Amino acid sequence: MLASSVAFVALVVVAAGVGSVAIAPTEVAAAVVRGAWGTVVGETVPTDGATRVVDTIVWHIRLPRIALAALVGAALALAGAGFQGVFRNPLADPYLLGAASGAGFAAALAMVGGGTFAWLAGAGVPLAAFLGAAATVTVVVALARRGWSLPIVPLVLAGVVVGSCLAAGTSFVLLAAREQATGVLTWLLGSLAFASWGRVGTLAPAVLVSAAVLLAAARSLDVLQLGERAAAQLGLPVEGLKLAVVAAGTLATAAAVSVAGVIGFVGLVVPHAVRLALGPDHRRLVPVAAVWGAGFMVLADLVARTVIAPAELPVGVVTALVGAPFFLALLRRRVVT
Amino acid sequence: MSVAPGAADVAPGAADAAPEVLRLEGVVAGYGGRPVLHGIDLGVAAGEVVGLIGPNGAGKSTLVGVASGVVALVAGRVWVDGTPLARLGRRALAQRVAVVPQAAALPDGFLVAEVVGMGRTPHLGPWRGPGPVDEAEVDRAMRATGVAALADRPVERLSGGERQRVVVARALAQRPRVMLLDEATSHLDLRYQAEVAQIARAAAAGGVGVLFVAHDLNLAVRACDRLVLMTEGRVVAEGPPARVLACERLSRAYQTEVEVFETARGPLVVPRV
Repeated sequence: MLASSVAFVALVVVAAGVGSVAIAPTEVAAAVVRGAWGTVVGETVPTDGATRVVDTIVWHIRLPRIALAALVGAALALAGAGFQGVFRNPLADPYLLGAASGAGFAAALAMVGGGTFAWLAGAGVPLAAFLGAAATVTVVVALARRGWSLPIVPLVLAGVVVGSCLAAGTSFVLLAAREQATGVLTWLLGSLAFASWGRVGTLAPAVLVSAAVLLAAARSLDVLQLGERAAAQLGLPVEGLKLAVVAAGTLATAAAVSVAGVIGFVGLVVPHAVRLALGPDHRRLVPVAAVWGAGFMVLADLVARTVIAPAELPVGVVTALVGAPFFLALLRRRVVT
Repeated sequence: MSVAPGAADVAPGAADAAPEVLRLEGVVAGYGGRPVLHGIDLGVAAGEVVGLIGPNGAGKSTLVGVASGVVALVAGRVWVDGTPLARLGRRALAQRVAVVPQAAALPDGFLVAEVVGMGRTPHLGPWRGPGPVDEAEVDRAMRATGVAALADRPVERLSGGERQRVVVARALAQRPRVMLLDEATSHLDLRYQAEVAQIARAAAAGGVGVLFVAHDLNLAVRACDRLVLMTEGRVVAEGPPARVLACERLSRAYQTEVEVFETARGPLVVPRV
């Protein structure tokens, strides 16, 4: 965990230095200190003109984007670790219960806007996406529940079915409003281009709450791997645990999707990588997955904004291009050993 | 507590020399509104190993589910360690009742000591991790089952017999008053059958009440103080092994002809093929 955190900080400093203007790590560090000082104390550190440019690039352009990438990556990896633990299924990912399709449908409606959906557009795409994701998972849970219990197989099936319905709805919206289709598609693929400290501020509390719940549930998630019946016979409140983890994972996922669109593979691949490297203990898996997820997203976004600079790739394309082969490699290694 | 318990709260037979740690009275239970158990009366005293035998589908596992709180009662009463089951929360129940299932799923990647440590779950809080007491209990359980040397080995690298000893260790680490072995020896070879039975006897010697659900009647005879024979959700015979294992009664219960041979160490039962 300590090694991962140190490596992550180093990665952030390097990533903040890369771009159209290259900045040395020491200058990045100095700019971060001055920026933080200016924000916290409220007065700017007196500097010359060139340094001021560096400060602006680092503190106001690159760092918010890096921070947002890190939070989105952490959120998706946390949700993935939680869902894989609670569903006891290695293929579970943050979008399994329809959060992505719900967010995508609501965001598409908000972007196409006008007429009936003017209120959605008025709320802004991020809020619409957040509500879309949260509402979809709530409906899925309501459809699958039997009284107070939440059986896993109906839950996953309901998630898949509701998800495909909403994906069909999104396709319909795209066809109906062709001139806006590119904008919607770009959002659906995920992007961090609209990063700001404000967005970082809205995402951070959701990620912190979700991380706290999952950390508190970590030991119980370990016990749940024995099976639901055995876990109940060990005194675990199995249904409450499932609901809490689904809620925490959904909060993180919905918040991440609302600011960055649908970014795939992070939530699926990162928990697996951590599990292979450090074992299945959730007390380690949950925090380390958050750090690795953050690092993976920072790296993916660095690639997304530099390979075809000054243009950008959608970061979701990068995570899929990097994530898919990585996942296959993990899988093959697992089969061989 | 100075409040006198109501008549319904006193478990029948509580005044006996060895207190009953598990008591079922008129238990009706099953799945989805269809009862599998039709009025079961059964008691297990502290220090006693009671064998529960009967054909497949007799309701033995359902009974284990009732006593461990995962199958709901339709009618009847259950007392655990003198307290009505309905009054015990899931966690309080797990502090008193431990289950050893037939082939427990053990998640890949966890170490033996970690899995045994999961037995401490009912004694931990959400924010309270294991302390020295828990570590001592895990240690004791691993030594009692002979898996201490395997403590740092991942569970997927164990043989079937070793895995089952780990599951038994997990149950012992719960420090239960009642242990329910649900066909815990059915898939084991002779050596591990004997070992699990000996561990159960040792637990009983330490004051635990053991309910030993067994398919192997000959093992049950040698491991148990008393046998309870069930068919179709009812108790049809109960008593010392030699009395319960009567040839005609078994033939009727299992719906096949069986032969019973008397030996110096109790009856030996084989199906006639």
